[in-house]
Amino acid sequence: MLRFIVRRVLQAVPTLFGLSILLFIWVRSLPGGPAYALLPENATDGQREALRRAMGLDDPVIVQYGAFLGRLARGDLGESLQTGRPVMTEFAMKFPATVELAVMAMLIAVAVGVPLGYVAARRHGGALDALVVGGSLVGICTPVFFLAFVLKLIFAEQLGIFPSAFRQTPGIDATRITGLFVVDGIATREWDAAWDALMHLVLPGLALSSIPLAVIVRMTRAGVIEVLGEDYVRTAEAKGLHRRTVRGRHVLRNAMLPVVTAIGLLSGALLAGAVLTESVFAFGGIGQFIYSATQTRDYPVLLGFILIIAAIYVAINLLVDISYSLLDPRVRVR
Amino acid sequence: MAARTQRIDRLAELTAARREEAEGRGVWREAFARMSRNPMAITGAAVVALFIVVAVLGDLIAPYGPTEQNWGDEVFPNRNVFVGPRAENWLGLDNLGRDQFSRMVIGARQTLMVGVVAAGLGFTAGALLGGVSGAAYALGGTAGRRVDAVLMRVVDMMLALPSLLLAVSIAALLGQGLVTVMIAVGTAQVPIFARLLRGAMIAQGSRDYVIAARALGARRRRIALVHILPNSMGPILVQLTLSLATAIIDAAALSYLGLGNPDPSVPEWGTMLADAQRFLSGAPQLAVYPALAIIVTALGFTLMGEALRESLDPRLRK
Repeated sequence: MLRFIVRRVLQAVPTLFGLSILLFIWVRSLPGGPAYALLPENATDGQREALRRAMGLDDPVIVQYGAFLGRLARGDLGESLQTGRPVMTEFAMKFPATVELAVMAMLIAVAVGVPLGYVAARRHGGALDALVVGGSLVGICTPVFFLAFVLKLIFAEQLGIFPSAFRQTPGIDATRITGLFVVDGIATREWDAAWDALMHLVLPGLALSSIPLAVIVRMTRAGVIEVLGEDYVRTAEAKGLHRRTVRGRHVLRNAMLPVVTAIGLLSGALLAGAVLTESVFAFGGIGQFIYSATQTRDYPVLLGFILIIAAIYVAINLLVDISYSLLDPRVRVR
Repeated sequence: MAARTQRIDRLAELTAARREEAEGRGVWREAFARMSRNPMAITGAAVVALFIVVAVLGDLIAPYGPTEQNWGDEVFPNRNVFVGPRAENWLGLDNLGRDQFSRMVIGARQTLMVGVVAAGLGFTAGALLGGVSGAAYALGGTAGRRVDAVLMRVVDMMLALPSLLLAVSIAALLGQGLVTVMIAVGTAQVPIFARLLRGAMIAQGSRDYVIAARALGARRRRIALVHILPNSMGPILVQLTLSLATAIIDAAALSYLGLGNPDPSVPEWGTMLADAQRFLSGAPQLAVYPALAIIVTALGFTLMGEALRESLDPRLRK
């Protein structure tokens, strides 16, 4: 088991290393070169020259890459052109918002998706099944940012049920501990603040959950259909086990295995989707910052955030692999 | 990464392994016959056919030019005055007083082009990468496995980024434009094709007919191209159909991020949808038309892809 974990961790190293080379090349081939791209447009020639020297752009490429890796190891990813703050600081400030949103979206997706997929599988081939499958296909085909706009227009601007932007009503007095507003509110027993933050999560969470929801519905359905045909389900029924026991312990538990994997993989879709939903709701997480970085060509932020996201994504998938191998020992052999 | 790649590999294996039982009739002919009885496939094909006809004949169908601002004095976006559907403008006017119906019809062509070029790019590059890798692994012995390992690390690197973010970073590098969108979206599709084809080829590599061909003394290149490759195409052809849908949706997302086509004389659904967001509360129809067009078209491709997958996979058959 330990050997499996060590091997998986080691396998991730060349991936990240290669990614750092790719991103290094990426910065170097930015329009006008890094000295141009990393400075605001109104910088003088003298400033550019100084930056060129400071960045060591006249050194051999290998030396430059070494220096780049050294800065990376110290967590130095440069400064944001929009705010002037270090990219790392920006990420740390904005990451909790995105985590909170992603967790909300995933909760919605699992809470709605698993029962829907299960019911569709029980009624395999029926009208309800067709409706659920059709609905999930429409969900996959709907541009996330458009869905976000429609939800905002209907439920925030027209009906006024939910707030239309931000993470918390401006001016609300709340204590910050973790940066996860709902958790903070509960921890400090500021129930109003927690409720307020939760309400702000509903619409962006719904928009962001559309694709994970569709995927989870389809995977649960496919899994349950497959498991329902297995001999051990018939055996369990034949020996007179209670229906609920068969469904819970035999069918659903086995059908859930691939869904557990999918939850890890979908974290990537959530991070990418956050770029599209956060900007619509001015949510202030990393997604919205990537959006504004794209608009303003804030290359240090784009580079740094993408690198950190890649590392997080690889780490999540590593954890999924390991937890999966705990659930299903057969995986370890491969 | 491994869980994800394993899933893709497994998918490839399953789809490729279907061939056995269809022996004698030609897998593709049987799959096609099965698809032509599948209402899902027929609906999808009808939508796609309509989309292609509109895209090709766009100029002939559209009653007005895409940039004709003949009704500029009737529309005032800043005062929330818009013109809805009426006899001479079936879908009303856009925010600059241009005929929305004409722009939708003419925009189909660009949208189709973005989808086809991007998906084609991902397919070609991914199939090359996966094909070399799969052939090396299946037939190349120890050295081949090493080649495969190196190539797959490259693919893993691309898989280490969520595909939309990969597309965003490429687009940011190349600057905004339609070509950028096609390259960015296409590149983001490369790893899935590579993984699928490699998985299918490795699964085929250990089959009896390959061993038979080797025993007969066939050269490895011949075995790879004539025997293994044609039998491994199923999964990536399914993915190609699905990728056409993804490409159109991703292209719309890039347009929304401001990386899309900046030229107003060439309408494109993604750009139209992104532009219309500004007027959503005053004129939601301007966003709804292109959004519906994108959803329906993507749905058409997805239905075809799913039906194709189903017809190649007996486990999913009813």
